[in-house]
Amino acid sequence: MRGLPIALTGLVLLAGASLLVGATNLWTTQLDTGMVLAISRVPRTLAALLAGAGLALAGVVVQQSVQNRLVDPGLIGTPEAAMLGLVAITLIAPGAALAVKMSVAALTALAGTAVFFMLARLVPRRDPMLLPLVGLIYGGILGAMVLWLGWMTDLVQFLSIWRTGEFSGVLRGRYELLWIIAGLAIILFVLADRITLLGLGEDYARALGLNYLQTVLLGLGCVAVTFAVVVVTVGAMPFVGLVVPNIVSRWRGDNLRQNLPWVAFLGAVFVLGADLLGRVVRWPYEIPAATIFAVFGAVLFLWLLNSRKPRHHG
Amino acid sequence: MIEISSLSMSRDDVQILRDVSLSVPSGRLAAIIGPNGAGKSTLLHCMAGLLAPDSGQVRVNGQDIHALREQGRALILSLLTQSQGAVPRLSVRDLVAFGRWPHHRGRPTPTDHTATAEAMARFDLDALAQRSVESLSGGQRQRAFVAMAYAQSTPWMFLDEPLAALDPKYVRDIMDRLRAMTGTDTGKRSIALVLHDLSVAARYADFCIAMKAGRIIAAGPWRDIVTSALLSELYETPLRLAELDGAPVVVGL
Repeated sequence: MRGLPIALTGLVLLAGASLLVGATNLWTTQLDTGMVLAISRVPRTLAALLAGAGLALAGVVVQQSVQNRLVDPGLIGTPEAAMLGLVAITLIAPGAALAVKMSVAALTALAGTAVFFMLARLVPRRDPMLLPLVGLIYGGILGAMVLWLGWMTDLVQFLSIWRTGEFSGVLRGRYELLWIIAGLAIILFVLADRITLLGLGEDYARALGLNYLQTVLLGLGCVAVTFAVVVVTVGAMPFVGLVVPNIVSRWRGDNLRQNLPWVAFLGAVFVLGADLLGRVVRWPYEIPAATIFAVFGAVLFLWLLNSRKPRHHG
Repeated sequence: MIEISSLSMSRDDVQILRDVSLSVPSGRLAAIIGPNGAGKSTLLHCMAGLLAPDSGQVRVNGQDIHALREQGRALILSLLTQSQGAVPRLSVRDLVAFGRWPHHRGRPTPTDHTATAEAMARFDLDALAQRSVESLSGGQRQRAFVAMAYAQSTPWMFLDEPLAALDPKYVRDIMDRLRAMTGTDTGKRSIALVLHDLSVAARYADFCIAMKAGRIIAAGPWRDIVTSALLSELYETPLRLAELDGAPVVVGL
């Protein structure tokens, strides 16, 4: 595969930098360097890579399902739906185990995303900008519900953790749920052809022998679990699912059997890069990775919107 | 052979298909014609199993199409439809290869590669193999999608307005290819398609399904049933079936 050596080198360099850079200086005798690495830096690096891969993969799945490249699950209500579940379970059963809370969040995220999917079937397709706007409004409504609930019940502080993705709080023992994303990625790689078929539209997908609704539900299920895990552990991070799939689609096309690994890889690298940058620009303070990503992501996306269409796919 | 018995369907309280019964023999190029809103596209989608009727039955080559799962249907019939979403960023070869998906479900065999290559060659797509479908002209794109349906190697092919927005050159190109692959010999296909251009239908179709307001007005071999009178009644405007240099044409009067 072309570009693989460069990609791997980039990943290794970035991960290395991520292990070395932070508020704590590793080159000192006052601290146990190995402990800092094991407890904080390694988990943090892995968390950024896993979250980034998951969010980017989720973006492709939703874009193919609704046949619209301008949609990002992070901007159509999926994280807000997950938060709604989290707030609800926190109120109903404050002492519930993390796995229970996450399952509830995944279920509400799935319900919220499924509602958006149904909305997408009603929205006219002539102007592709319409659907992302509908998604923003829908996400805004869910977000307002979450905020109201949180405000009424003194949970607003929790909300701010869930709403802005950042990795400074990642420590050993508090990020491991993100490994679920690795499992989901394997499921999505197996489903790759089917998700490409979804992108041809319901009629073609079914005419080519695909069980359409089952495939959509499986795909959106993976998206929902990804968001539940990401929101619970590091917080929501919009634009990853928008920018990364668009870059890969322009560069290599939509044949996901070949391209899903690239989507996961670029998502991982970009989010880790954003986190690293956030640690550096105001050292020793930190800027949330989600904020950094939103700035770069928005610029990159504007460029993607206006640049010309590709002619060849390898 | 397609056997449709008392098919009815309504949506939002509007009756789209009214007690449609019909049989279409195999090996034909059957044109579904009729005015806008006659239910042509709905009938085709019902025949393809993509829309469930309120009542009635569709049998294609003896199989109840609505009792089959998608996988089983995809081995009997293929479909060309009006896609509305984003155009896929697939290479032409990848798109055509997806026509084989119902046969291999993700694990292509040499048979699938051969069938893909044959479809590519048959539709003169080899020079475009690596091009993105998105970058093709309307005519080339339609050819690629027809090739995908062809690669599916199904006895029946259903095409919903395959000529929409195509230049005369591409209309001729597509119709010549469809005509050439129609027949009852091994490897040949039976085709049903929705057509708007009556001259094209008159020239290429050998079976006619004339629809109006959800009903079948007439169905049978084109030469036997299509007359100026039938067309004029069907479209509620004076039309004449004539001949120009030996080829049939339909003109408004």
